[in-house]
Amino acid sequence: MVDDTRSIPHADLLEVRGLTKVFGQLKACDRIDLTIAKGEIHALLGENGAGKSTLVKMLFGSLEPAAGEIRWKGKPVRIASPGEARRLGIGMVFQHFSLFEALTAAENIALSLDRDTPIGDIAQRARQVSAAYGLPLDPGALVGDLSVGERQRIEIIRCLLQEPELIILDEPTSVLTPQEADKLFETLERLRGEGKSILYISHRLEEVKRMCDRATVLRHGKVVGHCDPRGETAASLARMMVGTEVLQVVRQAPEGGATREPVLEIRGLTRRPAGPFSVPLRGISLTVRAGEVIGVAGVAGNGQGEFFEAVSGEALQDDAGMVRIRGKDVGRTGISARRLLGAAFVPEERLGHGAVPTMTLSDNLLLSRYRTDAKAFLAAAGVVRSGVVAAASKRVVEAMDVRKSAENPEAAALSGGNLQKFIIGRELDRQPALMIVNQPTWGVDAGAAARIRQALIDLARAGSAVLVISQDLDELFEISDAIAVMHDGTMSPPLPRAEATYEKVGLLMGGAEPGHFEHAHAGAA
Amino acid sequence: MRLELVKRPQRSMLFSALSPFIAFVLTAAAGAIMFALLGYNPVKALGTYISPLTEVWQLHELAIKAAPLILIAVGLSVCYRANIWNIGAEGQFIIGGVVGSIVPVLYPTYESWLLLPLMMVMGMIGGAAYASIPALLKVRFNTNEILTSLMLVYIAENVLDWLVRGPWRDPNGYNFPQTAQFNDYAILPAIASSSGRAHIGFIFALVAAVLMWFLMKRMLKGFEVRVMGASPRAGRFAGFSHGKMVFFAFMVSGALTGLAGISEVSGTINQLQPVISPGYGFTAIIVAFLGRLNPLGIVAAGLVLALTYLGGEAVQTALGLSDKVARVFQGMLLFFVLGCDTLIHYRIRLIGAKAEPAAAQPAARLEEAH
Amino acid sequence: MEILVAILLTVATAATPLLIAAIGELVVERSGVLNLGVEGMIIMGAVSGFIAGYVTGSPWLGLLAAIVVGALFSLLFGFMVLTLATNQVATGLSLTLLGLGLSGMIGAKFVGVPGPKLSNLYIPGLTDLPVVGRLVFGQDPVVYLSIALTFGVGWFLFRTRTGLTLRAIGDSHGSAHALGISVVGYRYLAVMFGGACSGLAGGYLSLVYTPQWTENMSAGRGWIALALVVFASWRPWRVLGGAYIFGAVWIGQLHAQAFGIPVPGQVLAAAPYAATILVLVLISRNKRLTMMNTPASLGQPFVPDR
Repeated sequence: MVDDTRSIPHADLLEVRGLTKVFGQLKACDRIDLTIAKGEIHALLGENGAGKSTLVKMLFGSLEPAAGEIRWKGKPVRIASPGEARRLGIGMVFQHFSLFEALTAAENIALSLDRDTPIGDIAQRARQVSAAYGLPLDPGALVGDLSVGERQRIEIIRCLLQEPELIILDEPTSVLTPQEADKLFETLERLRGEGKSILYISHRLEEVKRMCDRATVLRHGKVVGHCDPRGETAASLARMMVGTEVLQVVRQAPEGGATREPVLEIRGLTRRPAGPFSVPLRGISLTVRAGEVIGVAGVAGNGQGEFFEAVSGEALQDDAGMVRIRGKDVGRTGISARRLLGAAFVPEERLGHGAVPTMTLSDNLLLSRYRTDAKAFLAAAGVVRSGVVAAASKRVVEAMDVRKSAENPEAAALSGGNLQKFIIGRELDRQPALMIVNQPTWGVDAGAAARIRQALIDLARAGSAVLVISQDLDELFEISDAIAVMHDGTMSPPLPRAEATYEKVGLLMGGAEPGHFEHAHAGAA
Repeated sequence: MRLELVKRPQRSMLFSALSPFIAFVLTAAAGAIMFALLGYNPVKALGTYISPLTEVWQLHELAIKAAPLILIAVGLSVCYRANIWNIGAEGQFIIGGVVGSIVPVLYPTYESWLLLPLMMVMGMIGGAAYASIPALLKVRFNTNEILTSLMLVYIAENVLDWLVRGPWRDPNGYNFPQTAQFNDYAILPAIASSSGRAHIGFIFALVAAVLMWFLMKRMLKGFEVRVMGASPRAGRFAGFSHGKMVFFAFMVSGALTGLAGISEVSGTINQLQPVISPGYGFTAIIVAFLGRLNPLGIVAAGLVLALTYLGGEAVQTALGLSDKVARVFQGMLLFFVLGCDTLIHYRIRLIGAKAEPAAAQPAARLEEAH
Repeated sequence: MEILVAILLTVATAATPLLIAAIGELVVERSGVLNLGVEGMIIMGAVSGFIAGYVTGSPWLGLLAAIVVGALFSLLFGFMVLTLATNQVATGLSLTLLGLGLSGMIGAKFVGVPGPKLSNLYIPGLTDLPVVGRLVFGQDPVVYLSIALTFGVGWFLFRTRTGLTLRAIGDSHGSAHALGISVVGYRYLAVMFGGACSGLAGGYLSLVYTPQWTENMSAGRGWIALALVVFASWRPWRVLGGAYIFGAVWIGQLHAQAFGIPVPGQVLAAAPYAATILVLVLISRNKRLTMMNTPASLGQPFVPDR
């Protein structure tokens, strides 16, 4: 770790001193110092909840700092609104896109430009930028109909049209295939070549090492170091981010192979789109056997949510045989009946899907278990035995090391990682024969993520079948025995772990036909 | 100068309990200002407003007015907890009154102790059936229940109007638009006939409130209602059916409202008239919110709102003001209750014209801001 | 023929208050706010418009007062839902309840008093043309104003930058806030525009439609206007069509009663409300289409983080 702030020859574009932001009791950013030089790609590293997003929101004028100073080209500035940030020359590509689904790409772009730009000219200018940087875009398309990658291109083009000198990108590759990410890096390097500065937020260490000139590392809202990422290893960067060694997940190969009992069988699962912008499922088949972890990779918005709803029974199938759990056709039965067969489910959204934000932990335990544990939790006439439920809730909290501030707090009062541990623990506590998890560690800190992943592997090794849907390829490679890929509502056959590579999976995520790897590879090279 | 909301990490128990009282005080203050603007002595006018509390027979009247408000609001609280917006209670009240009156109107000579229970059950069925229309339209055709339930109020009013002017008009009633007086077996008994008119409809209200409190607080069904209201998606994940919940909430609410309707007709009016409700179905919405959607809170809130009716009548007689004063008080009360509820989830901060750094800005509560 | 022309003329006067109130509410809902207080704002506009017209003797000043009072009254709703982030459904309802009470109290002394009436347009030559003359050139000025308002709002929403911003806020207030758009500011203006329109609709009722003040004279028109917005899939020109259909139903039932059609008057009086339910059922049946058309943030509370 080298503090080389003074040795950089470039003029400083942006200088931040002592920037602080407080939410209630929590110091989200605590006296942050940061310097960005002209023409550099500067990485901002940190775990979930380290304060990265809060910091860049202050730089972009969406949040008001409590204390501290921002200097732009040497002059102190007060950035009171995103409009002012744009006028200074700061552009932003959000992690959770700030797009409008019911409007066209051109209208979306128009909304962030100066008032006097005629709407008609914008499509033209967008086309020019799109051609110049190799970012294909149809200005007339409705955003709701576009894929996540296409939406990100709108965000980037919208940003570039403002001709910014500093571009902030918040976790841009988390929604891209590895190949799409490579294209993005080319664009970023070109921008650097043009003398623009980039503040690049990521927790993916390999890409930071590969592309960034300098890095600033945040932990618990504080700067813990500045460094040159090219001189570090992924492990040393991770240590800086997390502060301690991260638990290594241990995975042994399962025994028995195809002779083990199939627990979940999906046969020709097809589903019409449920809402205006949802993805239809087309002929998905997959078997998950006892003792194994099957991963489902895919870029967000390719039907994973719809697939989860169909398999969990939140949405019923047209034909009972489309989903079988432990040998029973369940396509026409709801989620409670599927749970009674031994299945457990963990959805992607924690607040408002897996848990009711305004209800206590023990109420949220009852939420998914009032049927499976009816004998224990319910007395005659449907009266809830709240003492028994509270005891079960306490058991889960202890088993999963859930950190909380009150005895039985509302779900919304827990941090993302702790709530996820509770939700996963709530299902593990039942010893399910089948566990289906969507995005097990999305937005969860490294310690909790490792614990959750290990728990899933241990469940499988104890004889249950586990299906994990995730956008995080590293995670899937860490825990899966085989990886299937979803693209546009279809699913590839699972690739056994020994045959799966990032490249193969990445091509499938981008829509390549399975069995055409060599061909696609030749084309890409 | 502007107000800014700062989310509390946990809901404030203090303001959960205090908010109805703050709202009550603010309403009284706003009422005093209103009386002053109208040229009346505000202290005297407010005194007149609460004067009904000083006489026993007036307390009976209070119970008479509170009974339908509590019954309806207890039902509505189930709907609103489930995030289902039944605002057509006025119509369900009327239809409950009409259906419950079928036997005493068509068979005026039928005298039996079975008659009253029969009327009550029919009233509940009538209210529930009428409430199931918006439920059906919502579940089957995805139609907005706010608008359909409200439109059904106007239709119910016309049904009642037609009945009492047409087929059900009392043939010996000198052409007045009303049915014949019910016989004694069709009239709800009084609680204490020596001191006033209050009938056992008020007991129905108290029993309903206690039962509903138990259902909502301790039973799985109540849990289901709360989950569906707070987060329908989590409810679906739990395996609860939204469609069934819509029917459940509307029909429970409709049945209780129908019971209120027939109790009012049987116990208070003793016959059907073109108008059988001074807007109970709408006032009960206020009762439900003032009672924090908690059945026991609703009992207290129902008594408060009943007082606004009696107080309105009192200022009308004593000061010659329009009886709409009651409605104004009710409207203001609901506004203040909703506004004070914000304090449960947020702290309110007053920001000066020149924004200071947030940490240096002390938080000012709403009371201080006022 | 004379009778038919007379009926058609009254259809326009019955449609106009519905149209104006619904167009106002359409703008409010396009910004993502659901104001169920339309009925209350209409009745406040009706009573204040009547009193101002009666006192000044000028129906125009009456209409102006109705607009101002409607906008101010909506501000109460705006403060609650936009600044205090209260539940929009409950707050809108309370605005209606308060409006019905307040108007009854304020207007108690004016019930049945004859007030001023806005006269119809008369253009020599044109208005004298047979049949079309009075229909096209002989309505009262507010009828023309309401049609101009419809096209003005259509142009504003779909042809101007500010209109685009308003629609964007209705689609996603979170995204709009992230881009630095003042969500709450725009919504305040939209809510006040809606209030002004409802006020005007009320003033029209008490100064043109039945030039007098009676309690509850809005008679559910605010609710029908809300239904019209849904029926029109949040598109101004469809509101125009819907308002005239409802105007025709309203007038049709009045004339049917006058002609002594052998149906109880109550059945006819209930017809507009039953028609509203029917229309809502027909338009909402296609769930996907409804989801597509509804402003995505409609009714959701919004608290900006700072």
